[in-house]
Amino acid sequence: MEKKGGQYCLEVRELAAGYDGTPAIEGITFAIPPGQMVGVIGPNGAGKSTLFKAILGLIPRQQGEILLHDAPALDQRAMMGYLPQLEEINRAFPVSVEDVVMMGRYPRIGWCRRPRSHDDEAVRQALARVELLDHARTQIGRLSGGQQQRAFLARVLAQDPHLLLLDEPVSGVDTTTQHAIFALLEELRNSGKTVVVATHDLNCVVERFDQVLCLNRRVIAYGPPKEAFREDTLDQTYGHHLMIVQVGDRRVVVADEHHR
Amino acid sequence: MIESFVAPFEFGFMQRALVGGVLVAAICALVGTYVVLRGQAFVGDALAHAAFPGVVIAYLLKGNIYLGATVFAVATALGIGLVSRRSRVSYDTAIGIMFAGAFALGVLLMSTIQGYTVDLFGFLFGNVLGISRRDLLLVGLLGALVVLTVVLLYKELLLLSFDPIVAEAMGYPVQALNYLLLGLMALTIVISIQAVGIILVVALLVTPSATASLLTERFFRMMLLGILLAVLAAVIGLYLSYYLNVASGAAIVLVSTCLFFLVLASRRLRIAAKPRA
Ligand SMILES: Nc1ncnc2c1ncn2[C@@H]1O[C@H](COP(=O)(O)OP(=O)(O)O)[C@@H](O)[C@H]1O
Ligand SMILES: [Mg+2]
Repeated sequence: MEKKGGQYCLEVRELAAGYDGTPAIEGITFAIPPGQMVGVIGPNGAGKSTLFKAILGLIPRQQGEILLHDAPALDQRAMMGYLPQLEEINRAFPVSVEDVVMMGRYPRIGWCRRPRSHDDEAVRQALARVELLDHARTQIGRLSGGQQQRAFLARVLAQDPHLLLLDEPVSGVDTTTQHAIFALLEELRNSGKTVVVATHDLNCVVERFDQVLCLNRRVIAYGPPKEAFREDTLDQTYGHHLMIVQVGDRRVVVADEHHR
Repeated sequence: MIESFVAPFEFGFMQRALVGGVLVAAICALVGTYVVLRGQAFVGDALAHAAFPGVVIAYLLKGNIYLGATVFAVATALGIGLVSRRSRVSYDTAIGIMFAGAFALGVLLMSTIQGYTVDLFGFLFGNVLGISRRDLLLVGLLGALVVLTVVLLYKELLLLSFDPIVAEAMGYPVQALNYLLLGLMALTIVISIQAVGIILVVALLVTPSATASLLTERFFRMMLLGILLAVLAAVIGLYLSYYLNVASGAAIVLVSTCLFFLVLASRRLRIAAKPRA
């Protein structure tokens, strides 16, 4: 199934992007081989969301190049699945959870066509993976925040993209669900998807992710977490609001997540 | 009894009024579903008012009134989109600037005409009883265009209305679709002017759909229910207008308003009647 063009799934070169002409992120260069799970970390305002939006073309890019399988990413946006940090939806909107998940199928269904039975099947599978099958017919606004987040994740799953860009998918979600979601993301990675996740859970990044991108306006460090997480890189990323604590053979990062 | 239901429609003008009123109400409710869910009632009102100078100019030049209205409504739709995108003025401020200016132009032009303003008053307040065969044909054609667009782009317009950011991330031409919806609103308003008038058309655009939104949590059902409620209001309004000899556009709108409050009240009662656990 998975088309593997070149060496990299996503390649970002010298990217600068921001708002009203002033860059919020600059000189961003990194490349992700297919089938990897990459954490994007950095304090609030570091530009994690801005990076995602620039990759997806939601804000104009001021400089640089973004390639998906060696071709401009903007020409193949249906191959990128996006979970925004904050879904600003009208909670009263009259759609059910399965309606929302079906929206992920729209690019594959194509203009002017109706969903077919294999689309229904894809929706059911996506709902099953986030454990929302029981709520398939619930109106979207009646779900709790965490359930809504899972519904939107299911929409990304139903889209079946090559690259998943998930902006803080576990914020405001209870720990059990957090683990379930990270387990699901690992499954996706193992099936060949490339998964990029902005997160504040540094310990989870150390334990589960292949690469980490430490971001604070620029790329501070990029590589496997064990190498990229050093006192100096974390200091540069977060200022002095972090500590690395050695607990037995585990390295634990203690973060002040509410730092602005 | 039955006779009093049938009697009004022995007249040709009443038959045309029935067909025209029902068509216009149904199309308004169809498009109104998007207007309500996207929170664009104010935009709808603005487009309607902005069509007025077009009507007056067409009247002065003895041209086609619908054409004049269409040009101005569509131009305003584009203008609203542009002003709000290109400047730091907020969306509703941009609308306020555009529509008040356009309406003022219409009033100014109207004040230059002596004696014949009665016809123009008809466009402000509507007169479904005065609908002609040609009007009906136009309503039918433009209405079919609107319906066809909504049928073909059902999925895309739903996604756009629910989650424009993700729609854009998926690669949909969100800006073009926004303009398309504005264009559909403009066309719908133009074909409604004869029936309900510029000032009241926003009511047909939002009230039946808002009523429907109280009754269902599914998009497609909301669309169908909205259409049903709008048709009901058109028919009842027409009877009232005939028997009480009152303005037809206002009667249709008021029936629609009453239906909204009836549904709202019955919902409140049902919620209040629910036993507390
Ligand atoms: N819509 C916006 N308009 C203007 N500036 C913005 C907007 N969104 C974010 N910014 C600015 O861009 C910078 C990066 O923000 P963001 O990408 O949201 O950071 P993060 O997701 O890492 O918390 C911040 O300084 C923020 O104030
Ligand atoms: Mg963010």
